[in-house]
Amino acid sequence: MTDWTTVCSLEDLVPDTGVCALVEGKQVAVFRFGDGETVYAISNYDPFGKANVLSRGILGSVGERPVVASPLYKQHFDLSNGECLEDDAVTLEHFPVRIENGIVQVSSAA
Amino acid sequence: MSKKRIIVVGNGMVGHNFLATMAESEKASEFELITFSEEPRLAYDRVQLSKYFSGATAADLALTTESEYDDSGITYLKNEKVVEIDADNKTITTSTGRIEGYDKLVLATGSYPFVPPIPGKDQDHCLVYRTIEDLEAISASAEVSKTGVVVGGGLLGLEAANALKEAGLDTHVVEFAPRLMAVQLDEGGGNLLRHKIESLGVSVHTEKNTKEIVAGEECRYRMNFADGSHLETDMILFSAGIRPQDELARQFGIDVGERGGIVINDYCQTSEEDIYAIGECALWDSKIFGLVAPGYQMAKVTAAHITDTLVNLKTPELAFKGADMSTKLKLLGVDVASIGDAHGHTAGSQSFVFSDDIEEVYKRLIVSADGKKLLGAVLVGETESYGTLLQLMLNDMDIPGNPAALILPALGDEAPAGLGVTALPDTAQICSCYDVSKGDIASAVQGGCCTMGDIKGATKATTGCGGCAALTKQVMDSELAALGVEVNNDLCEHFAYTRAELADIVRVKGYGSFAEVLKGHGKGHGCEICKPTIGSILASYKNEYVLKDDLMPLQDTNDIFLGNMQKDGTYSVVPRVPGGEITPDKLIAIGEVAKEFDLYTKITGGQRIDLFGAQLHELPKIWEKLIAAGLETGHAYGKALRTVKSCVGSTWCRYGVLDSVSMAVALENRYKGLRAPHKIKFGVSGCTRECAEAQSKDIGVIATESGWNLYVCGNGGMRPRHADLFATDLDDETLIKYIDRVLMFYVRTADRLQRTSVWLENLEGGLDYLREVVVDNKLDICGELENDMTRVVGTYQCEWKTTVESPEKLKRFSHFINAAEEDNNLLYVRERGQRRPATDSERIELVELTTEKH
Repeated sequence: MTDWTTVCSLEDLVPDTGVCALVEGKQVAVFRFGDGETVYAISNYDPFGKANVLSRGILGSVGERPVVASPLYKQHFDLSNGECLEDDAVTLEHFPVRIENGIVQVSSAA
Repeated sequence: MSKKRIIVVGNGMVGHNFLATMAESEKASEFELITFSEEPRLAYDRVQLSKYFSGATAADLALTTESEYDDSGITYLKNEKVVEIDADNKTITTSTGRIEGYDKLVLATGSYPFVPPIPGKDQDHCLVYRTIEDLEAISASAEVSKTGVVVGGGLLGLEAANALKEAGLDTHVVEFAPRLMAVQLDEGGGNLLRHKIESLGVSVHTEKNTKEIVAGEECRYRMNFADGSHLETDMILFSAGIRPQDELARQFGIDVGERGGIVINDYCQTSEEDIYAIGECALWDSKIFGLVAPGYQMAKVTAAHITDTLVNLKTPELAFKGADMSTKLKLLGVDVASIGDAHGHTAGSQSFVFSDDIEEVYKRLIVSADGKKLLGAVLVGETESYGTLLQLMLNDMDIPGNPAALILPALGDEAPAGLGVTALPDTAQICSCYDVSKGDIASAVQGGCCTMGDIKGATKATTGCGGCAALTKQVMDSELAALGVEVNNDLCEHFAYTRAELADIVRVKGYGSFAEVLKGHGKGHGCEICKPTIGSILASYKNEYVLKDDLMPLQDTNDIFLGNMQKDGTYSVVPRVPGGEITPDKLIAIGEVAKEFDLYTKITGGQRIDLFGAQLHELPKIWEKLIAAGLETGHAYGKALRTVKSCVGSTWCRYGVLDSVSMAVALENRYKGLRAPHKIKFGVSGCTRECAEAQSKDIGVIATESGWNLYVCGNGGMRPRHADLFATDLDDETLIKYIDRVLMFYVRTADRLQRTSVWLENLEGGLDYLREVVVDNKLDICGELENDMTRVVGTYQCEWKTTVESPEKLKRFSHFINAAEEDNNLLYVRERGQRRPATDSERIELVELTTEKH
């Protein structure tokens, strides 16, 4: 059974921005992609800049892939699977995320 | 092997060019370079002398600096004239008695102004126009004169007349010949030039032979002419031609021509093989070359010859083969050009004339007897076709179609006739100042250059007189096309437009959100390129709160939390300190905040204070305190106006001419919050000592006795660029009006992340065009530009004040949305009494220490 941690209400997530949530000791970047109910969760740690900042990056698309650009050195990470588009060797942890009654929840089970 | 000693006599434009060529060459280390100058300063730009009267200083005109010479290892002796040459022992002696030996001696002594032997010519206020000292004397004389006469209506004479006019004198030109610029222009061209110059308020008197200069009745002097007429004037400037400065050669047995000039061969060697002569003092094939480009060519030939014979020990290949004396220039604001055989002296030549009295344009083409080749041309009033015509002549190309089409104006949408640059041979010289050929530009393009800025950097083309700018761009574009480089200026995969085009779209359609622009003109979801770009454009025009819900997702790393993100994810905080002026109370408030939050504190280059290491949750608390102390956001995080640096100015400084601090504070408060394609910095200096370093800023303002001088598009940083003098002697109101227009034109037309310096370099038409837009209102948009700026100024808000007053917005300012903890990844060490982020190796030690303790 999956343990869900509550992040915030969907309303608290400004469309096309992210926040950082503490999920069982892990820093998780949670993004609302567009103004609907599409949400993603990946690790908040930028392995290139070595800082916990990815939730503060700009969201966008590369081709069909939803991405966040690191606010430090602008590498792109695929929101759906954590893959780094510039470096095949780097993939971030990504997490299950859901919206229950207007509440955004993340599970630490990667 | 010891270094070969090269002595250069004279440090004018050509002497300097020779030294620079030697110092930059691959073999520079083989040579010891020494130069003597009888003038008190190193080489300066004599071609631009008249700019001295529109506000340029000796430093602006300088071609080099002493530290540049020091760095290049060039020894220079100023105020020291070479008075003796001993060709047998290969030594020279100077005015101070110094004796130096040489391996090769280069005479670059230039020329001196010819003053006709008129009785009375040696009185006070009878001056010449050649050196900066002459200009100072002219300036001083102009102070106590109302009327000025230039004797000589040639190219230099008209330059000098411009100087007198700039100095505010009632100006006359007296010419012996029946027309102005008799050497370069035919009768029709000369007449139109005269007409245009007279309509600018300069009186022209031709066919006047001055007999004597005597005391005047209404003015200081009266000039009596051979035809019985006279002219009264307070000062006289002789500009009746130049004479080669060949005194030294003449005295010490080096061959000179009958009418002066040091005789040289094709390698610029004089009758002594180890002595060269270059520039205006040299006589090649019985000809003196009074222009700078042939002088530079001689410098190049001489440098090659010396290097080849002394070091490479091979037969020199480069030779001087004469030079084309075609010229294109602006005299008293009138465009004038002369190409090749302008008078049609060639046997059997025919000519075509186009004359338009209404538009005041005169053009004459001289073509060969068979009508196929161009031999020469005269252009007055409009010189756009100069580059095309010059290339046709220089490369001996066939005239495409009917020759008349080359000078007839384009009618309707028809493109003006001419030749495509593709027709030019690779050897065609495009830039004569730096001898850049079409082939040089082509290889620069092949090497990756694709903007005018790149081409300038790689080849120096257009950086001399600038006359070849249009042609250089055409060559670059055609080479790019030939390479199959489709110049893709698309902003990113989501928008097939440039930033400038998007700015137009947003402005014309009145868009207020990214979603509208994306829906109408883009695709996909956007990205970290287009979102901040459009966010910035929206801010430039609408100037709404940048953290408004639909604008916030567009903001780049720094803007989105209104702070500068540092390497560890914390932020730095910079309050605005307008003009660098701050009260002790505000200084204390900043100090108290820094102390309370343990912020690393550093003074910035822009005269303010940067506080580092603030975590997200601390930012609002810090700003609450700063705002309570009367401080505002400094926009250090934005592509926006940063600082207006100033010196203390006339309020305290013994030398200050105007109140630079008050102006700086006013400018900073006016433009604060203006979002732009890149950051913008200003400087305001209270006098020409320039302590605020305004000439290294995007906008520089320098006080003079008669108002503000405005400089634009300078830059420090990675690629320094001296700002260009844009306008002089402005009052406060005009100064601000011009700055409004320049900045808004930049906002409209620049590329993403393009500083003003690069913007100007890539702006077609350059500084002149910018002046036409901003001063002459050529595009008829000055009203719009001012309105756009007025709106920005009127809607200013301190973003941090708005933010700390909004509980909704403050929710984002914590590391975790769902917990009160801080980021556990932050580690600091203390250094010189403050903290800084731990380095990777320090982190390992620190973490081990902490783990051991537990």
